[in-house]
Amino acid sequence: MSAVTENDKLGFARQYSTWRRALSPTGNTGDAVFRVLMLLVALLMVGIVVAMVIALAADSMPSIRLFGFGFLTSQVWNPIKGDFGALPFVYGTLASSLLALLISVPFSLGIAIFLVEQAPTYIARPVGFMVELLAAIPSVVYGLWGIFVLAPFLRVYIEPALAKLLWWIPLFSGSITGIGLLTGGIILAIMVTPIISAVVRDVLTAVPGSQREAALALGATKWEMIRVVLVNGAPGIAGAVILGLGRALGETMAVTMVIGNRPQISLSLFEPSYTIASAIANEFTEATGDLHLSALVELGLILFLVTFVVNGIARILVWNVTRKTGGVSRAA
Amino acid sequence: MECNAEDRRGEQGCLMVNYSNADRMRRGISTLMTTLTGLCTLLAVGALLIILFYIAYRGIGSLNLQFLIDRPRPVGEGGGIGNAILGSLVLLLISSGFGLPLGICVGIYLSEIGRGRLGNVVRFIVDTLTGIPSIVTGVFVYAILVLPMKHFSAFAGGVALALIMIPIVARTTEEMLKLVPHSMREGALALGAPQWRVILGVVVPAAAPGIATGAMLAIARVSGETAPLLFTAFGSRFFPESLNQPIASLTVQIYNYAISPYDEWHAQAWAATLVLMTLVLGINISVRFLTRKKF
Repeated sequence: MSAVTENDKLGFARQYSTWRRALSPTGNTGDAVFRVLMLLVALLMVGIVVAMVIALAADSMPSIRLFGFGFLTSQVWNPIKGDFGALPFVYGTLASSLLALLISVPFSLGIAIFLVEQAPTYIARPVGFMVELLAAIPSVVYGLWGIFVLAPFLRVYIEPALAKLLWWIPLFSGSITGIGLLTGGIILAIMVTPIISAVVRDVLTAVPGSQREAALALGATKWEMIRVVLVNGAPGIAGAVILGLGRALGETMAVTMVIGNRPQISLSLFEPSYTIASAIANEFTEATGDLHLSALVELGLILFLVTFVVNGIARILVWNVTRKTGGVSRAA
Repeated sequence: MECNAEDRRGEQGCLMVNYSNADRMRRGISTLMTTLTGLCTLLAVGALLIILFYIAYRGIGSLNLQFLIDRPRPVGEGGGIGNAILGSLVLLLISSGFGLPLGICVGIYLSEIGRGRLGNVVRFIVDTLTGIPSIVTGVFVYAILVLPMKHFSAFAGGVALALIMIPIVARTTEEMLKLVPHSMREGALALGAPQWRVILGVVVPAAAPGIATGAMLAIARVSGETAPLLFTAFGSRFFPESLNQPIASLTVQIYNYAISPYDEWHAQAWAATLVLMTLVLGINISVRFLTRKKF
């Protein structure tokens, strides 16, 4: 075949198959096939998320139809009578997650500041790695540790002390068992700390060095300089905290094992509680009927939508800060 | 020039300045806060060490060869986690079989092909997939696989784990491919290679160690997952026979033993945890040492 006819063929392709050029700017068939294949796999991801929404919504339809919005405001969870309300689970999920953030955020900020602004590299590297290892410990292992180490420790030492000192605050009243909201919150705090601190580290690293130099040149102390850096990275830090919230909301095994699993709304941190994720984990395989199963799937749908929105907001906030410098988030 | 102790704190040596109380206050706060950050870090590292040493301390007692190869037995008759170890390996194989190729393809798409708005949409979806609670993934797989098949199966468990794996592998692959210098792509293209050969023959091999690292970390991550297996792979007290049957896994076994009322099973849970942690930490630490030069 001569070169002329090859060129003619190319010309033909250029003229008549613009759709093919859209697929492959190089005009190569192999490229077109490859690009379409990769595109299909990428669209599969979008498809999976769409399929999740559809599958969860379809299976929770009986419950949605029967209870409507009342599902979110009713406190009754009675599988035998077939009456289901999610409020205790929503409360337990929010309370344990917020408690976890309350404990974890100051620590995470401290860790990130220490590793980025203070520690020399030969300390920051190994120590940073050890903090990241906290995120590698499986959830069920935290649960096991929570049941046999943390819960007894809290029951014997911390909770009686809190009850004695702060008995006048309703948060610290109630029976002391070691199993409850406080234990769940502390376990969650340990679990989200490496995630939040890893993202804050990325955010702080992305703050330009000139900001630090300017602050120091104006006579700021080290801490005042760090405050300038924190203000600069504020949106990214907010994103990191929200990312941690997303993780805490959906955390299942560890919380299930230490929170007590009782669907009640109690102000006391010592009382057992129940989260959305633990309710699904505990009751799914033992659901007493289609309606019970449907209510559990609806809990899953709520959890999915909430974490999707929370993570979306967090990603946008973190992206805006770290993208400029090409920072890569360490948190998986 | 005479200096007092206060002055020598200035980095330029001796400055003849009288510090006011406000200045002393500022320096005091600075010292206090920078010490506190160090304490935070110390506490986090301390928590890690306490957890790890406690697992080793509790786990080592019940660990022996019989425990590693036997299947669970009723309370009082010993038994082991052989079937759970095997089950976990089967689940990891199934999930890697689906998760790694798909994840790498998505990574290639994000780095090499999807540069426009669609690419950003896919990237956003992949990132949020990472954040979806694993229990929800379990419910989803239950709805699309377990319900139609009418029984729990190793296959469903593997798919659930693969869904968790894909976004992790995709994002690390993307980051690794982006580290490959543009001149390599341009060189290959200039030699007349079509884009798909440039990507598969030059760019991906150049990033292969990084992609392998991401794959190992993803495997470490899903080997610790429990929630998505509870109602997909379900668990079993026997050695696996078919992918179409419920299958045991280390994590579900630990969970079941941990919430049981028997001390013997608690001891077995700690020993199984030691095995699981050896696997997970082994992967994490070896990845760290293999890639130490690069990051």
